[in-house]
Amino acid sequence: MEKRARFKSAWLPYALVAPQIIVTLLFFVWPAVQALYQSMLLQDAFGGYSEFVWFDNFRTLFADSNYLASFKTTAVFSILVAVLGLSLSLMLAAFADRVVKGSAIYKTFLIWPYAVSPVVVGVLWMFMLSPTLGIVSNWLHYIGIDWNHVLNGRHAMILIVIAAVWKQVSYNFLFFLAGLQAIPKSLIEAAAIDGAGPVKRFATIIFPLLSPTTFFLLVVNIVYAFFDTFAIIEATTQGGPGKDTEILVYKVFIDGFKGGDLGSAAAQSVILMTIVIVLTVAQFKYVEKKVQYA
Amino acid sequence: MKLKALAVACTLATMSVAAHAATEISWWHSMAGALGDRVNGLADEFNKSQSEYKVTPVYKGAYDEAMAAATAAYRAGNAPDILQVFEVGTATMMYSKGAIKPVSEVMKLAGEPFDPSAYVPAIGGYYAAPKGGGLLSLPFNSSTTVMFYNKDMFTKAGLDPNKPPVTWQELAVDAAKLKASGAKCAYTTTWQSWVELESFSTWHNVEFASKNNGFDGLDTRLKFNSPLHVKHIENLANWAKQGYFTYAGRKDEATSKFYAGECGILTGSSSSYADIAKNSKFKFGIATLPYYNDVPGAPQNTMIGGASLWVMGGKKTEDYKGVAKFFKFLSKPEVQAKWHQETGYLPTTTAAYEITKKSGFYERNPGTDVPVKQMITKTTDKSRGIRLGNMPQIRTIIDEELENVWTGKITPKQALDTAVERGNLLLERFEKTNK
Repeated sequence: MEKRARFKSAWLPYALVAPQIIVTLLFFVWPAVQALYQSMLLQDAFGGYSEFVWFDNFRTLFADSNYLASFKTTAVFSILVAVLGLSLSLMLAAFADRVVKGSAIYKTFLIWPYAVSPVVVGVLWMFMLSPTLGIVSNWLHYIGIDWNHVLNGRHAMILIVIAAVWKQVSYNFLFFLAGLQAIPKSLIEAAAIDGAGPVKRFATIIFPLLSPTTFFLLVVNIVYAFFDTFAIIEATTQGGPGKDTEILVYKVFIDGFKGGDLGSAAAQSVILMTIVIVLTVAQFKYVEKKVQYA
Repeated sequence: MKLKALAVACTLATMSVAAHAATEISWWHSMAGALGDRVNGLADEFNKSQSEYKVTPVYKGAYDEAMAAATAAYRAGNAPDILQVFEVGTATMMYSKGAIKPVSEVMKLAGEPFDPSAYVPAIGGYYAAPKGGGLLSLPFNSSTTVMFYNKDMFTKAGLDPNKPPVTWQELAVDAAKLKASGAKCAYTTTWQSWVELESFSTWHNVEFASKNNGFDGLDTRLKFNSPLHVKHIENLANWAKQGYFTYAGRKDEATSKFYAGECGILTGSSSSYADIAKNSKFKFGIATLPYYNDVPGAPQNTMIGGASLWVMGGKKTEDYKGVAKFFKFLSKPEVQAKWHQETGYLPTTTAAYEITKKSGFYERNPGTDVPVKQMITKTTDKSRGIRLGNMPQIRTIIDEELENVWTGKITPKQALDTAVERGNLLLERFEKTNK
């Protein structure tokens, strides 16, 4: 028998959801509308001059071959960050889940990176991989890899992916670990008794049961790669060499904050927002079908 | 009992503050570390010298961060009274109508006598108003491009440690010898756009952009793809291939490579002097920036760097009076000379230079007068400086295109042509927003 709560009062349900709606309007809808309006303005940095130019800012952007190239860079970057970040943290969570002794220490160390600011993360990795002075680049030199992210676009991309993944692993790890610990032990024990090995148990029982967590993290990680990584890039490569690590959100940051060109930056963030909305909708429409909610 | 005493003390303290209700002057700056301490020292010294005004310096992050913060604050109606802005932000500031108040006007309003010609021409001229010769902002911390070289590495390479290369041709020869003697990196540079293109242009008395580098109007267009510029970048690209030139990064990454003893020659800001002197464990020398001796008019004078102080618009007359008093204090030759000697920035007034010279500072610290001599010459229309809108973004474009040269993706000619073309779009955009 299903129990359903019903409100007797006509206004109470509205009053109860009102705070949430007000917050959404104030901190999401209103800024989004503002961004849309600003994306059609041509302004100087101090806002003394302002002209409504309709879609000129968008037209300028799409006429710029460098801007179009940065879509590809963004795609490569975000796929690498999401895939590497998720698989690495799932692996770590699976290990931590099996550890009995000293698990608190492992967990603490794995969660730690999340408390560090992205700029610090970027600078740390940049020091370790600095072409001539870095520790890691010295090791690489011994095994015959001439590391130079200042001039090698591929190396620069690897650097920012490592920094971005390292920062996000803790967050993913927490969710995966919680997900793993929520899986009933009896299921796994039953499978073990039936003769399923660890790999088979993981592939047929554990991973499917983790799929809601994985799906949630996929969405979160893609949004992270798209919006939250400009600080790492600013601290390490500044989009270089050339434009090899200039992802879309970094260009928004550079044009808006450093260049003072708010019209173009607003147009770019509208484009970025559209991409993320489309991606999220697509994920919910197609990927979510494979998710099994228990 | 103790508590009571404390309460009395607090009340007295608040009362004394209320009694001398000094007008607060806020000063946003970007001087971190030791330089930040010096800035606080300047404010303290001024505050103690009188009781009517109180200058409060606030560190607001790096130059670009402070400027972004100030634009946002201005839009919200909370701009500081004084803002320190880097030299590439000059055009943005001067064309933002109403957002700023020219320094000469502030001085006039406050009735303070003020003579712009007291400033070193290359510095005063850079911050001068297009018409009338008044100053738009107060020159504060100006630097320029110089060459540092490692004397120990020169000796090891069989070079005379007291004879640094004067021309680019000589630099190439010396770099080859440094490389042959086992140096990991022979020549490197910081801020490639500033050193290899902007300062390079004024030093050789050629235009970086039309309309006298933007001084004569907003409809200026970039011109740094001339045969001379292309030749220089081609040389650098060749030297990079032969291992004579090492690219270290867009900002001042090269400075740490130099003081770590990795590189023999470094071109960079004169304000790196303090850092290099503190961190290097070898003898080093300071010399003028190299030039091509077959270019007529070279060497002229090098490009100004660093920052100046802007007064924000829309404040009360009382505030402006305070700002004027403070600026008068900052312009005093003794204050200027002390700042110059302690920081490695240039003396902005000729009087400050004279005082420093008389005090024997340059003899005690050989080479510290090189940047001054490079700047103190009379400037030409082409060498006064570069005043372009969206200049921070143009620098990024130059960085991107030059990096494509160092990685061998495109030729120097292609890179400079593309950079000019992309930069011109930004200049057009700036022209449109500042009609």
